[in-house]
Order: sequence, then structure tokens, then C-alpha cells
Amino acid sequence: MTLPIPEETALPPRAAAAAGAASPGGRAWARFRGNRLGWVSLWVFAVLLVVSSLAELVSNDRPLLARHEGTWFVPVLNNPPEVSVGGDFRTPTRWTDPLIADEFAKHGNWALYTVNRHSAQSTNPFSDAAVPGAPSSEHWLGTDSQGRDMVARLIYGFRVSIWFAIVLTAVGTVLGIAAGAVQGYFGGRLDLTMQRLIEVWGAVPELYLLIIFASIFEPSLLLLLVLLSLWGWIGLSDYVRAEFLRNRSLEYVKAARAMGLPHRVIMARHVLPNSLAPVITFLPFRMSGAILALTSLDFLGLGVPPSSPSLGELLRQGKDNLDAWWIIGPTFLLLVGTMLLLTFIGDALRDAFDTRKA
Amino acid sequence: MNAQAGALLRLESLDVRFGATHAVRDLSLHIDAGEKFALVGESGSGKSVTALALMRLLRGATVSGRILFDGQDLMALPEKGMRAVRGSRVALVFQEPMTALNPVRQVGRQIAEVLELHEGLNPEAARRRAIELLARTGIVDASSRIDAYPHQLSGGQRQRVVIAMALACKPRLLVCDEPTTALDVTVQAQILALLDELQAEMGMALLFITHDLGLVRRFTHRVGVMERGRLVESGATESVFARPQHPYTQRLLASRPQRRLSAPPEPVQPLLTASGVGVEYVRQRGLWRREAHAAVDGVSLQVRRGETLGIVGESGSGKTTLGMALLALQPLARGEVRLDTDRIDNAAGAALRSMRRRMQVVFQDPFASLSPRRTVGQIVGEGLAWHRPELSPAQCQEAVLQALDEVGLSDRHGVAGLLHRYPHEFSGGQRQRIAIARALVIRPQLLVLDEPTSSLDVSVQQQILELLAGLQQRHGLSYVFISHDLAVVRAMAHRVLVMQRGRVVEEGEVEALFAAPAQAYTRELLAAALLD
Repeated sequence: MTLPIPEETALPPRAAAAAGAASPGGRAWARFRGNRLGWVSLWVFAVLLVVSSLAELVSNDRPLLARHEGTWFVPVLNNPPEVSVGGDFRTPTRWTDPLIADEFAKHGNWALYTVNRHSAQSTNPFSDAAVPGAPSSEHWLGTDSQGRDMVARLIYGFRVSIWFAIVLTAVGTVLGIAAGAVQGYFGGRLDLTMQRLIEVWGAVPELYLLIIFASIFEPSLLLLLVLLSLWGWIGLSDYVRAEFLRNRSLEYVKAARAMGLPHRVIMARHVLPNSLAPVITFLPFRMSGAILALTSLDFLGLGVPPSSPSLGELLRQGKDNLDAWWIIGPTFLLLVGTMLLLTFIGDALRDAFDTRKA
Repeated sequence: MNAQAGALLRLESLDVRFGATHAVRDLSLHIDAGEKFALVGESGSGKSVTALALMRLLRGATVSGRILFDGQDLMALPEKGMRAVRGSRVALVFQEPMTALNPVRQVGRQIAEVLELHEGLNPEAARRRAIELLARTGIVDASSRIDAYPHQLSGGQRQRVVIAMALACKPRLLVCDEPTTALDVTVQAQILALLDELQAEMGMALLFITHDLGLVRRFTHRVGVMERGRLVESGATESVFARPQHPYTQRLLASRPQRRLSAPPEPVQPLLTASGVGVEYVRQRGLWRREAHAAVDGVSLQVRRGETLGIVGESGSGKTTLGMALLALQPLARGEVRLDTDRIDNAAGAALRSMRRRMQVVFQDPFASLSPRRTVGQIVGEGLAWHRPELSPAQCQEAVLQALDEVGLSDRHGVAGLLHRYPHEFSGGQRQRIAIARALVIRPQLLVLDEPTSSLDVSVQQQILELLAGLQQRHGLSYVFISHDLAVVRAMAHRVLVMQRGRVVEEGEVEALFAAPAQAYTRELLAAALLD
């Protein structure tokens, strides 16, 4: 018998154009790049992430490389004692010391410094400038209330915040998807039981627990991460559960069951990709939420250990020194900029996951 | 009839565009007072757009041309004047009565609202009129039903409420957009009879928008055929049906399901046997009481190799649930299902897996049955990778392409770059082909076809039916063909099973059963199905 001819042999022009591109992954990537704003944001964010992750190589009071009297030093890794570079003491070299600077001005000696010659903790005891100090050629964004360089504080603080947010978001998303998927896919009694347990768990006053734990244990990032992760997944799991409940009754899931596929494959391959819309939508907001959570805990003094750089700690300093605009201003701009970048990237991510877009 | 002079509605070179899409092109037609006019065409032909355009209900569209209603140009009317026309002089009945009614308001309130707005009646008078209207549209016990919410009524009753609402202000023209498509056949017949009666009584004109040719032939005086936004043919219904002039009309008329079956196979050992199958849904009543509702009740059937068993029934008759039970996708409360001699309903693990390979399913809605985020290659190849892991990726792809070719999708059919494309890039008929290819690729012996053509246009429907018949002949497949459409079942099935409220009321060879139905319910179904 002859095969019937399909009723619509010619493709619509849009589909024909899209059919040219190769793999599904390649097309998703093309969709992401199609969102110019998101694409540019991703680049800017990537640069910020790389720069802050390599903070020690960008902003440090110790040189990257130094040569003194024919001997090589790598102070960024291993700070030599002062005596070995012409100083008087056996203590680690203080590179801002005028004596050391003179030593390295001599012929044949040199030191290669980082772009910004301050670390987050370094102060200059040899300078008698007022603190907090306004921006100058020495301190591009001024100094904070302890005389530490603002640029360095921002870079190091951003690193802590952003990595904390990435890890917290990743853990929360994985837990949220797992819990929501199991509830929504299997439904029934299991769903009901888990839902009640989650309600009880969600009713625990998180902030009080944080305060209590902060007074019992040494405050640390790990402790914060664990405590915030314990509750961070709850909101997301509700959305994922609803999506799974809706999608599991659709015919393509029945078709996959008729095919004999096991539940885990159906969940991962069929239901999950179609349930990711809320996950993707909330991802940038979860990231910025995590940054803000750490920032506000730092601000309250419940966050990272005192004296370690963080955006929240800078905000608090800004509040205490309202006349020093160079503390509150750049911190605020960095926070707002980061949130914007994340939101734009999230938009582009949603486009990339929408297979209907050409 | 001298149409030009007494025309109630005249469309002159109506043109509708949505951006780059040209939905209606240069359409001219007229409807006389008291006339029943049908606009037929397949989905996307522009028939619904025409109806919405003439009521000026289209947003974001560029409409040009003239719409003369009762000598008045509706295009020139301001929006406020148009509101006075809508509902009172031209009324609209939609396809889906559930979405056309506000779910949180009593139906009586919704009818009274129209009366208060257009006729200026006070609430009591409006309520009395609403009860009269409901009674007139055939709702029993109208004075108490008036306080019901839409979800408390059946589909047919809801459509009666919608009609009552449309008739509230005695319109001169009633536009019905697929008014019976969402209803069961027996209810369909009742609603059509009601419309017919009301039309004669009130002397209004009817504009009927439908894809159902049987209905057009039975019901209307004149017909216009639309194809891709153009009116390709119009004239008296009888003459258009008897002597279609335009090739598209001829194709449309020829595309009613034709019987293309091989002779029924010799009675041998059945492939699939179900005995005493019962499926129950348990509903929680209050805190402790649970109530079991039997969706399928004691059904026994047999399917032989190479045979098609049709299962017909109205919505809620349990035919889809039965299909799912046969596939072991629905736990049984009673009875058993055997594939050859092995029980499938309580099989598990590797045994179930090997049986799954032998029976597959194709669903009604080609939009919902393909995962939107997987490519065609992934969709069709998935079962192959699971059931035949010994195949190399290259062999898998080869088999996938072969299955797609067999259902009429491949480069040589003019569909390029198939494997990497997503389902939404295909038309409804093409998607249904993909769904069939997904089922075929693992070489099953039995296919459960759950309304496989119900959401497709008639011409596409015919192509899919031919494809299925051809596949059956080539591979000796057995089909369980579930449908509410008796014409399709008559064309496709060797034997048929009639279901009502979860039970089988009648069973037999198709032609014999259709020629001499023994049960009253079957006779009613057949009478309503407008088979000729």
C-alpha cells in the first residue's frame, strides 16, 4: 500500500529556521544568547566571580613575586620573615613598612605587587591618616572605620557572599526538587504525611534558632550554611510538588509508563524537565535572597566571624559612619548590581529552557 | 430566495489579520432573517475568527471590510453602540459550556444579569424571566435549578443554560460556535433539536460554526465552506452536498471515514483476554467514610491477533479507564487480564517489562501525549533504548528513522531534520504520527488506541485511519480502538463493544450490530450519531 502523504509537509518558516541548528543543547544555548541582556549579564557576572575568587591575586598587601639580593620570594604564598629581606625582626614581613620599601628601591631588588596593594585585613600603622579615610590615590574607595582598604573589603566580601549564595541555593534547590518530586509524583498518603511534616518543620522559628546557635557555637559560614539549608528548601518544594502533581497525570507520562519505564526514569526524564519552570524562575531570586540572608545576619552580628570581610559587615559600618559615603555607597551599588545581574541571567535562563522559542 | 434585499447580516470583503497572519481573506456572505447558515471548515480555516470579527470581539486584529447588520454598519459603530448590539440583537453560544459560565455564580444570576443590563428589568422580573427561559430550554424543575452553580449541572444542562442566556433578549441572530462539539452524541441530538425548535419559534437567524458535516447536512439551509481564510464555496446545503464544486469541498466530503479493513482473522487463541474486570475509584466521604465508585464493572473481552476491537460509549462510560486497566496502568479491583496466557494485571519486574513491550498505547490528544521538552528522536528512541539495550546508538537511530518513515514522517515525505525537532513544531496530525511511531518502534503486538483521531480534522483523521489500517495489515497488529465516534469505529473495527456506566451493554460484529442493535441504548446512540 502507498503511504499517505502528511497533511502539512511544508514547515512554518520559523520552525524551518530552527531545524537548521543541531543538538537540543546547542539550541538551548542559542536561545540563551538570544537574550542580549542576559548574555551580557552572564559575562559581567562571570568576570566578577572569577576576579573575586582570585581575590588574593588581585588585591593583596603582599607582592606576588619579589627578588632581594639575588634570592626569589613568593610572598603571596609564603611571606618571608623580615630579616631575610633586610629588616630587623624575625616576624613576617610588613610590606608597607617604609624601611622595607627603601630596601626594595635599591638597585637589583624589586617586588611585583597586585593591582590593589591592600588585603581585606591589612592596615597601615605607618600612616597617620584619619579613619575612615576618603578615597585617595592610595585607597581608591577610601578606608573603613578601621583603616582597611574598601576595594579589598568589597572584593573579599563579595567572594564570601556569592559563594555562600551559590552553595546555599544549590543545596536548597536539590533538596526542594527531591522532596517536591517524591510528594507530587507518588501523591496519596506519602504526599499527605510529608506535607504535614513539612508544615511542622516550617513552623520552627528559624531566626531564634540562629541566635541560639550563634551563642552556643563559634559562628562560622559552615554553621550558617547548614542552618539556612535546613529550611531553605521548603518554599521551593511546594512549587515542584504542584508541578509534579499536574504533570504526572498527563498522557506522555502514561505513555512512558505503558512503555514500562521505571519511576525514577519517568521522574527524571519526563516530569522533571516539564516541572522546572518555577525552579528556574526562582533561581535568581533564591540567589539574591541567599546573599541578602547572609548580609542581614552579618548586619545583625549573627553571621560570619567578626573582622572577616562581608557585605553585611560593610553595611553596618556604613550605618555607623553615615558621613563616610564611600562605605555605604559602593556596598549598596555592588549589592544592587549583583541582584540585577542575577535577575537578567534568570530571564535568559528561562528563555533557554523554553523549547517553544525558536 | 432573493437574498440581497432582505439579508439580515451581510459581510462584504471582510478581512482579518493578526500581524503577519492573514486569518480571513476577502470574505463576503449574507444570512437572511430566520435562516440557518453553516460555516464549515477545518481548524485554522478562520471560521471562528469570522464569528468573533462580526461581533467585533477580536483584540489585536486588523479588521477591514463592511459588516451590515439589519442595514447598520457595525464596523462604523462606536464601542458603546456595539455593546448594545452584543447580547441583545446578536448573541453567541460557545463550544465549552463549562468555561462560558462563571463557576462561582448561580446560573440564574448570570441569566438575570443579561436581562437587567439590556432590558432594564428589576431583579424579581428578571428572575421570573430566567426561570421561564430555563424551562423553555428544557431544564426540568427550572425554579429550583435556577439557584444551581454550573458545576452542579451536567454538560447538556450547562449548554442549555448558555443557550437560555443567549436567548434572553430575543436576538435576531444567534451565532453558535461548535455548540455541540464538547457534548456526548445523545445530548448533542437533544441540543440540536432544541435549537431547531427555538429558531422556528422565535424566527431568528442562526449562524452555525462547525466542523461536523453530518450536522450541517441535517440541520442547515445554506452552507459556506472555508479553507485557509477564504470562503471557497457557498450555496444551499443540499446542492453543495450533492454537487460540490470546489476541490476542497469535494475532499472534505470524501474524507468521511471509509472502511479499509482486511477480513477478520480466523478465530484462534486470543491475544488479550480480560475477564470480569472491575475498576473502582475510592472517594473520601467525610473523615472516615469511604465510598467506592465502580468506573468499570465486570467487563470481559477478548482480542484476537490481527483484529480490531472497538469500544464505544459516551463520556463517563468507563471506556478509557478500561483501556488503562487492559494496559495494567490502572489497578484492578476485580477480575484479571491475560496477555496470551500470562496475567499482566499482577505482573511485576522483568515479566511486566517484557509484556509492556508487547502492548502499547496511543492517546487522543497529540499535544499532551508528547513531552514538550524532548525532541522527536528522544521521544521515539526512548522505548527502544529501554527494551532493547543491546542495540548500538547507530542501530537505535536507524530503527527510529525507520519507524518514523513507516508512519509517513521522513526526508522523503518532505519533513527534514526530524530527530532534533520538538513536538510543538509539528501539526496535530504529524504529532499523532509521532505518537504512533513511538508505540511501533518496539514492535508491539497490540495497540490500545484511545480516541486516536478525535482531536484531528476530518481530512487528517482519514489519513491517520488509513495509516492505522495499513500498519495492521502489514504487521498483523491487534487494536483496541476506543472511541465515541461511531462512524470511525464502524470504519475501523471488526467487533464492537458498547459500554454504558462501566458495563458492557452490547457486543458483536460491527456491521451486524450497527444494522440491528438489540439494546435500546445502542439504538439511541446510533440514532443520535447521524450516520447515513
